[in-house]
Amino acid sequence: MYNKGLIVPGLVVFVIIATFPFWYNGLSAGPVPKPELPPGGEKQCVAPAEVMRSEHMSMLNEWRDEVLRDGHRVAVVADGKEYRKGLQTACMSCHTNKEKFCDSCHNYTAVQPYCWDCHLTPANIVAKKEKP
Amino acid sequence: MKYGAPFLAVIALVLIAWLGSLIPGMQYVFGVVFPYLAMAMFLYGFIRQVVYWGKSPVPFSIQTTCGQAKSLDFIKHNKLEAPDTNSQVVARMLLEVLTFRSLFRNTQARIYSGPKLTHESSKWLWMFALLFHYSFLVVLIRHMRLFLNPYPVCLDWLEFLDGIFQIGAPNWYITDICLVTGLVLLLLRRFCQTKVRYISLANDYFPLFLLLGIAITGILMRYCLRGNVDVVAIKQLAVGLATFQPTITADIASIFYIHLFLVCALLVYFPYSKLMHMGGVFFSPTRNMRNNTRAARHINPWNPDIKPHSYAGYEDEFREFMVDAGIPVEKELPAKQA
Ligand code: HEM
Repeated sequence: MYNKGLIVPGLVVFVIIATFPFWYNGLSAGPVPKPELPPGGEKQCVAPAEVMRSEHMSMLNEWRDEVLRDGHRVAVVADGKEYRKGLQTACMSCHTNKEKFCDSCHNYTAVQPYCWDCHLTPANIVAKKEKP
Repeated sequence: MKYGAPFLAVIALVLIAWLGSLIPGMQYVFGVVFPYLAMAMFLYGFIRQVVYWGKSPVPFSIQTTCGQAKSLDFIKHNKLEAPDTNSQVVARMLLEVLTFRSLFRNTQARIYSGPKLTHESSKWLWMFALLFHYSFLVVLIRHMRLFLNPYPVCLDWLEFLDGIFQIGAPNWYITDICLVTGLVLLLLRRFCQTKVRYISLANDYFPLFLLLGIAITGILMRYCLRGNVDVVAIKQLAVGLATFQPTITADIASIFYIHLFLVCALLVYFPYSKLMHMGGVFFSPTRNMRNNTRAARHINPWNPDIKPHSYAGYEDEFREFMVDAGIPVEKELPAKQA
């Protein structure tokens, strides 16, 4: 082979970059998220757990558009229970702890939803009330 | 057939993954076996091709000279266009690899009414290529969020910048739009420009269709067909693959397996196709050689080892025959001893 001194190091760098995830993790899969179930013990949600797991973001996006743009605040009814469309009014009335519920998966999958740029978590609301 | 067959081939790949992933038990094959096989074939094929190129001699110094070569002191040397030292070559290569300068130089001949022939600069190919390659790079880097646990913070910054328009949830990425736009423009270029269309082959269309397939399935999975796309389960599988303990913990939608299978196809196809220009650009003698043929002699590595043969030596070797044949010699044969 010609120019071994350049080609071999070049190939080594390429292989290191191409296999980056293999050595970065160091053979350890790391912690898996364990979202906290509603502390109040609620078992019912607006949709089954699998649907919520993969589609809650689209659902919230639709709710936001319906409420803010079309003024449809009408409640969602699931299994006889009424929910008002909204992150704070519906979701977080049961899933009260953002850090232990929402963040557990979002931090795992590197998702930073901009919902909380405006919305408050129940903990935020309490903190706000205490500070006059 | 030049574009029909590759298009159907990509459709066939989609159908294989779609139907295959619905068969119970085949999820493991599509989610674990094929990715490992594809990765192994990619690395093996890439190294094999690079070593093969490394073994190929360069008989002539064939850099493309695009400016004034180094000459006398009062003649201005164009260091990038006719590099004389290794560091100038490195600078030229870096600009080639990062900014595609040789595409930038593209000109196009056109006939206007008159008739008048012009050779104008044409930057479209350069722009489409930049758009596609950089979007692809960002998408690849962003995908590391699925493979690294815990992931480095710089991925957060990239996610933020790429989704800065904050459109929808999941947040639309700028690079998704640019990736598809770049690919479509590159494809339209082959379809619409008659000359390019004439020289385009099936193996020019196939990678474009395959990459479009990957991008479209990825986009569909993220924004449209969210049903059973549980990103936590997908990340568990991806991190599992990267740590050699793969598990499939949920019923993941077919669209994910289609996406992954097309990526596997890309990995396998890569080293045996024109996509190897990724490695090949570093082996282009027209770019990676010094423009110093006046200062240094380039020796063809396959030249046979020919020793210099002076006339005196030649006569020494053949003197007897020369004398026999009556050819005059400079030095006579030694007198014969009686
Ligand atoms: C050549 C390699 C690949 C390309 C070009 C590609 C392209 C894309 C694109 C354009 C998207 C749309 C969203 C985004 O940009 O993030 C996407 C999403 C996605 N891709 Fe890929 N992909 C590749 C490899 C992979 C691999 C190997 C996996 C396996 C884990 C994967 C899993 C996913 C998933 C799960 C999503 C949806 C993400 C979400 O819902 O947030 N991709 N892909």
